Amino acid sequence: MKFTLSWLKDHLDTTASLDEIGAKLTSTGLEVESLANPAAGLDAFIVAHISDAKQHPNADRLRLCTVETGTETLQVVCGAPNARAGLKVVLARPGVTIPATGDVLKKGSIRGVESQGMLCSAGELKLPLEGDGIIELPADAPIGAAITKVMNFDPVIEINLTPNRVDALGVYGIARDLAAAGLGKLKPLNTAPVKGSFDSPRKVKMRLLGGDEKLCPQFVGRTLRGVKNGESPAWLKDRLNAIGLRPVSALVDITQYLTIDLGRPLHAFDDAKLKGDVGPRLATPGETLAALNGKTYTLDSSIVVIADEAGAQGIAGVMGGEPTSVTETTTTVFLESALFNPINIANTGRKLLINSDARYCFERGVDPASPVPGAEIATRMIIDICGGEASHLTEGGAAPDHKRSIAFNPARVKSLGGVELPAPDIKSILERLGFAVAGSGDAWQVIPPSWRADVEGWQDLVEEVLRIHGYDNIPPTPLPRAPMPKVALSAQQRQVAFTRRSLAARGLNETTTWAFLPGAQANLFRGELPLVTLANPISSDLDAMRPSLLPNLAAAAGRNAARGLSDCGFFEVGPRFEGPKPGQQTLVAAALRAGHTTARHWAGTRRAVDALDAKADALAALEAAGTPVSSLQTANGAASWYHPGRSGVLKLGNQVLAAFGELHPGVLATLDVKGPMVACEVYLDRLPQSKKAKTGSARTLLKASNFQPVERDFAFVVETGVAAEALLRAVRNTDKDLITDVGLFDVYEGPHLGEGELGEGKKSLAVSVTLQPKDATLTDEQIEGVAKKIVAAVEKACGGRLRA
Amino acid sequence: MTNTTLTTLRDEILTACTAAPDIAAIEALRVSALGKKGSITALMKDLGTMAPDARKAFGQQINVVKDEVTAALEARKSVLEAAALDKRLASESMDVTLPVRPEARGSLHPISQTMDEVAAIFGQMGFEIADGPDIEDDFHNFTALNFPPGHPAREMHDTFFLPPAEDGQRYLLRTHTSPVQIRTMMNQKPPIRVIIPGRTYRCDYDMTHTPMFHQVELLVIDTETNMSHLRGCLQEFVRTYFGVDDLTTRFRPSFFPFTEPSAEMDIGCSRKGGELKIGNYGDWLEILGCGMVHPNVLRACGLDPDVYQGFAAGMGIERIAMLKYGIPDLRTFFESDLRWLKHYGFAALDIPSVTGGLTR
Repeated sequence: MKFTLSWLKDHLDTTASLDEIGAKLTSTGLEVESLANPAAGLDAFIVAHISDAKQHPNADRLRLCTVETGTETLQVVCGAPNARAGLKVVLARPGVTIPATGDVLKKGSIRGVESQGMLCSAGELKLPLEGDGIIELPADAPIGAAITKVMNFDPVIEINLTPNRVDALGVYGIARDLAAAGLGKLKPLNTAPVKGSFDSPRKVKMRLLGGDEKLCPQFVGRTLRGVKNGESPAWLKDRLNAIGLRPVSALVDITQYLTIDLGRPLHAFDDAKLKGDVGPRLATPGETLAALNGKTYTLDSSIVVIADEAGAQGIAGVMGGEPTSVTETTTTVFLESALFNPINIANTGRKLLINSDARYCFERGVDPASPVPGAEIATRMIIDICGGEASHLTEGGAAPDHKRSIAFNPARVKSLGGVELPAPDIKSILERLGFAVAGSGDAWQVIPPSWRADVEGWQDLVEEVLRIHGYDNIPPTPLPRAPMPKVALSAQQRQVAFTRRSLAARGLNETTTWAFLPGAQANLFRGELPLVTLANPISSDLDAMRPSLLPNLAAAAGRNAARGLSDCGFFEVGPRFEGPKPGQQTLVAAALRAGHTTARHWAGTRRAVDALDAKADALAALEAAGTPVSSLQTANGAASWYHPGRSGVLKLGNQVLAAFGELHPGVLATLDVKGPMVACEVYLDRLPQSKKAKTGSARTLLKASNFQPVERDFAFVVETGVAAEALLRAVRNTDKDLITDVGLFDVYEGPHLGEGELGEGKKSLAVSVTLQPKDATLTDEQIEGVAKKIVAAVEKACGGRLRA
Repeated sequence: MTNTTLTTLRDEILTACTAAPDIAAIEALRVSALGKKGSITALMKDLGTMAPDARKAFGQQINVVKDEVTAALEARKSVLEAAALDKRLASESMDVTLPVRPEARGSLHPISQTMDEVAAIFGQMGFEIADGPDIEDDFHNFTALNFPPGHPAREMHDTFFLPPAEDGQRYLLRTHTSPVQIRTMMNQKPPIRVIIPGRTYRCDYDMTHTPMFHQVELLVIDTETNMSHLRGCLQEFVRTYFGVDDLTTRFRPSFFPFTEPSAEMDIGCSRKGGELKIGNYGDWLEILGCGMVHPNVLRACGLDPDVYQGFAAGMGIERIAMLKYGIPDLRTFFESDLRWLKHYGFAALDIPSVTGGLTR
């Protein structure tokens, strides 16, 4: 909301400076957005007199002016049509910065004639004044004086009004708040009734029935006849211009002005264009109205209109109608001052997409006691400016009862607000804000004024007191706390934190991507899950909630590859959406790698990423989260977005904890990214929660053997389809006490496995087995015995034979 | 056998030892002198044929020579070994200026790191971490937070909606982390001290807004926490977070439907030369919104507002990360640009803690 300093001073008697006023506005909760002083930067511009103006010898449109500054006589070339002898003007001399361009003015020559200065227009000085050409100063302006001493500059203040501050919708309310905060004295409004000289021929007729009366509880009207609707006086036009409103005609300007001045929207109809009684009713479905903004609206029965007997003539509380609007020929006015229901007005405005100052006021809540005083103030202003005579008021409905009493214990200012303030000070602040305070001790009854619909409970009163006393006077007190803080993270939150940092430690870069993606991509990655869409997506390609984190990661890798960074690894920990309701999201850690493990390098350690890199990421995440990875089983094949032959899942019992593998080339092609890419998804919500052992955090006792471990290698020939994990498990399970480690050190598939020894479809798996005796050094017989058992176990489990 | 023979033998062996060209020659010499069939060993064997007196004396002489020869052989062997090692090492040099084998270095996103920093600070003040769903219902996101249906404040939120569900509900993406306040108060008895970091969504996308962003919410509920504690708690937070011990704060009245009284907090800053600096330089920067939990919110959660009170505060994670780490553009947080992630990201082991140092 914008207003000017002089406007504020119409209502506030104060000696405070502009900066003091700005600071106080912010400290009382009317946050200053901008505080523009038009005089700033204009100190060097002076009043000058054109003593002579001739035609420029070389240009038809330029004038050659002789300009007196009181101390010197200058020759100035000017292109303005109003540059003429005898005029008092604003002169910029060389060296002055022109506000509109920011350029420093130089002495120059225009079309071969020297110009020793510049005569300025309002635009060049960024002043909100009307008129073309150069500024014409009053004839009595003293020559040589700074224009900041001569012209009337009205600083413009813009505040950011929070939706609760219905009391500050108008300049008057702002002045009232500043006065309460000690910045001056509020000047009373003249709301005395204007004496009517006749009965209004046009009456108010309330056509809202059957419970809808509350949509417009009160409607006040008045006929003014014999008015002359010309141009508004300069002061009124200046103020409207200053805050960015366009003056139209006196009658329109007066209603615009009072909306800003009092937060009291009014409407003036051209009485000659109305037919019969006027008042509120619900629109009939399909009824149309040509509004003042030049658009025609089709209304429905939720919208309140102001109607006469011919039809709807205005959208209540939002905008008037074009056919009944006042014009220059208007001589009789029907003035409307009414109350409307805030929610109904908000809905109407939203439905019709109309933003107007009237809507802004009504949807927040106009002072319920304002229709009659508002009408009186408007009547007086119309008669002052446009002449004419007023009728008696004609009224429909009644002012709603806004009076309510709030029980208030002043000790609450300390107990909730944290500020020690004597009771008389508390009382004084409330009274200065217009509250009526009765009672004593800890039992006060406080009655809010009509303009404070936002004040409901004692907490609101505490806020009022703190606000006026100054929030900066709230002393900071540290939150009392236990001598030693407890652990802030839950067990699962710690799991997630460890997982995240472990993945980063593996060379993956954490990213954060949108929770939404194109529906087509969601379909590729959702399997059996439902498609969760948004009704109002920000754009058509962000229209579905993600069922997986991978499409966004794949797209990210694709974008980086396009920038030349094709070797990359990302991870994200975040929600995937398994359904459209609260609680149907699960937490997933997803990692994706593309390109090669490293950059090209002399040591030749570079290779393309493969599904086992993704498996390693998944295992690292699971291990970091405390999952017993040695108990995990790997099974072939993951969801449809993975390569069917190069993917798998990690299971604990029957529970799938993670999926990994190469992404399906067809899916990547649909995403329009270059593969191959490998990825894993770890379902963090499914991980077992670590159970704290009875001994607390103590580890099991380390039993390190003093005897030499023995390492034996075995190479087995098995069918190609045999899973390495099955063979390794068979070896490990042969003697769990003695075998402490089993490693797979060679995998060979190919033609050179030995002629006749193997047929087609075989492979060789070579394992090294570590035997760790606990009580005595192993004898050759013992070692031989274990070796035999290992060979037998592998043969039984996998059909493997020892390679000769 | 005479002393002369022994002396000659000694001299021959020592000469051969000095001349031995390599370790193999030394070994051969040792065998020829001291081996089972060696020349000195042979002399020892002959002792048995001598008279006892002569045997003793000559035996001693042989032992002296034997020790001398052994020592000479060892010494020569050491010299030769050292020479052999030097020769090998001379052939084994490498270019130590070669670049090392590459190891990928990962990073943590600034949003994660900032959340961890915030948790570390509020953890010291006895807060725990709570979370809740991204898809919310109208009750938790609006109604229980004292946004009456149709209230204009709802419009300030640019809400993403899901299509109407079969159960008649209109689910939405939470516009703030505040619904978790409601879930916490409904599930937990006071005293409550929680922070709620998480994703939030608003239908807005321009230079300074993204449709998804992150907030952290604070909630304290008990019977005596007042606005003075709110200010103290937040002041401690911003001083610790920004690492400015005497950072000044300013409280201004504001409006949020779910707090009463409501405030916005500013911190000291400077904008000189277009560069933003946090500190006591006379200018102010808005940093967060806060207030005492509104009585209607307490009531919606089944708490008596005449008994229980407390505060709530909320701030943007990206915003405070941008301010602290000088990240210029909000939108870049979500672009997954590897160059950006490596530049603005954090090392895996850079775990923030108040006692160990919040920021490296």
